[in-house]
Amino acid sequence: MTEAPVGIVGEFTDPNQVTKAAQAIRDAGYRQWDIHTPYPVHGLDKAMGVKRSMLTYISFGGLLFGISNALGIQYWMGAIDYPLNIGGKGFFDWQFSIPIDFELSILGTAIFTVIGLFHLCRLPTWYNRYQDDDSFKKATDDTFVVTIDSDDDRFSAETTQDMLRRLGAKNVHLVTATAN
Amino acid sequence: MSVINQNKSVYLAEGQELVREPLVLGQPTMRDITARIASIVESKISPKYLLTLAFTLTMAAWGLFALYYTVTTGIGVWGLNNPIGWGWDITNFVFWIGIGHAGTLISAILFLFRQKWRTAINRSAEAMTIFAVICALTMVLTHTGRPWLFYWLLPNPNQMQMWINFRSPLAWDVFAVNTYFAVSALFWFVGLIPDLATLRNYVKSDIAKKIYGVLSLGWTGSTRHWHHYEIAYMILAGISTPLVLSVHSVVSFDFTVGILPGWHTTIFPPYFVAGAIFSGFGMVMTLLVIAREILDLKQFITLKHLDNMNKILLATGMMVGYAYGMELFIAWYSGSDWELWVFINRVMGDYAWAYWTMVLCNVISPQVYWFRKNRRNVPLMFIISIFVNIGMWFERFTIIATTLHHDFLPASWGYYSPTWVEVSIFIGTFGIFLSLFLLFAKFVPVIAIAEIKSIMPGAQPAHHHHEHESAKAGVTAH
Repeated sequence: MTEAPVGIVGEFTDPNQVTKAAQAIRDAGYRQWDIHTPYPVHGLDKAMGVKRSMLTYISFGGLLFGISNALGIQYWMGAIDYPLNIGGKGFFDWQFSIPIDFELSILGTAIFTVIGLFHLCRLPTWYNRYQDDDSFKKATDDTFVVTIDSDDDRFSAETTQDMLRRLGAKNVHLVTATAN
Repeated sequence: MSVINQNKSVYLAEGQELVREPLVLGQPTMRDITARIASIVESKISPKYLLTLAFTLTMAAWGLFALYYTVTTGIGVWGLNNPIGWGWDITNFVFWIGIGHAGTLISAILFLFRQKWRTAINRSAEAMTIFAVICALTMVLTHTGRPWLFYWLLPNPNQMQMWINFRSPLAWDVFAVNTYFAVSALFWFVGLIPDLATLRNYVKSDIAKKIYGVLSLGWTGSTRHWHHYEIAYMILAGISTPLVLSVHSVVSFDFTVGILPGWHTTIFPPYFVAGAIFSGFGMVMTLLVIAREILDLKQFITLKHLDNMNKILLATGMMVGYAYGMELFIAWYSGSDWELWVFINRVMGDYAWAYWTMVLCNVISPQVYWFRKNRRNVPLMFIISIFVNIGMWFERFTIIATTLHHDFLPASWGYYSPTWVEVSIFIGTFGIFLSLFLLFAKFVPVIAIAEIKSIMPGAQPAHHHHEHESAKAGVTAH
């Protein structure tokens, strides 16, 4: 039974300061790190160097999935599988197909967006290595919590802590877990 | 010196700046906000709450009994007759689906327009949307007569090997309403995830921690996640906006695609959408005026919020009024005897009492909101919101009953009154709606905690105040 380091945690409360710190940590070359905030802080993702989200492409895929299904079912069911003459109307016409095309595009986009979001954020994950840390819990209340994971190449229990303190983080400490 | 600054100095003392009315009163800290909203979940359930819930559940139970009676006996127990095949069932359906629209308007359209005041009311309005659509679905399912065959409405390979008729607006409606329900629920849940995480970390009891923990899906507030999250929220808002317009348009197609005078008009889709937003805001107002009182949320749902909502009520009320006038004008201008006669009958015939109730409630009563004092008078706005609810119900009733009760053949003319069963079902839907809302108000964060925090002064980095900077730049450029 040994205490293995999980990472280093530091607290910020000023949005300007945490944005500057984010740039500094990014420029120092860290990769396995994050800032947990109670609400989205504008520009923090850019300061951290987060790459543009893929989500828009996934959503667009949902739109295509929805509309092709809508056109497909209306055409195949109405004009091929069982054409029914109702009031002499066409078996399939793009005009009357629009409401369902539209609704299913929206439905497809919405479902793909949510599934995509869950996938990109790895939700649900009902476990986090920091979950028992008191600082970390404040991230959903009023604190910007920086976490730098121990599996980062540049991680060092001492220098990383020093860096965070220099950047103005409060209550900087090492989080450990019991490893067998 | 700029022109604007010179003008300003006329009204303001030197060095004084025009300040926007704050959206949250009392300058709470972030922790205060968390505690204020999350503590509602932890507070003890009061006898008053239980009593109210018992009352609304009784209403719901009474409605469910009437529904049970209807389903087991048949819709012959309703007051419908020939020629009036649609009565309170479809009136209630359109009424409830319309109520939902304000929720989507607040959560999606106001979001796209960057209306920051929406953050205090969007959560409860979205909840209202979902509960209203549940009531609407109940009505529309029951009116089919054999709700256990609901799957016949879906493109589902059945024993007759037949598909649904995609040329019928009734089939479009199935897609529109179900999509609306699904998308609203997804949007609501995505909005809830960060707040459920806040509750998970806030509550003390183990069971509550577990429940909120599971529901929050392990959200940590990671900036990498917020990055995706904000895009997802934007996309959901972006698609909900045309969706809300389409849903009530499709509902209006149920009428307009038919060839009956009084229904077969092109004004219906925009007219229905405006009416839906109007009625929905009426209902939001009714609920919020009570909720901010009972849950003591006056700090977040301020008079400014209510003022803004009353402005929207005034605007949409006049759009609806314009539609009433234009309907009458076009009925005359069309030169169609049938069309003109139906409208004369609507205004002066057997259902004139319903028509004029509608006009009084929807067009006349919101006119008090021209005055700021009235827009900030809480008892008055409660009364007006009730008027709007009543008026908008009568609008749908008027449209349905006046067109149907006198059809092309005078020999078959009739009059329609509901039986106790229909009235009970309507009361029951209110019971379901209010019970769900009460449960929501107790166990779910009624105000979007993360969103409120993000609009607090000083919540965002200073260099990010583009609007402020560009406004300053604009002034000096003059």
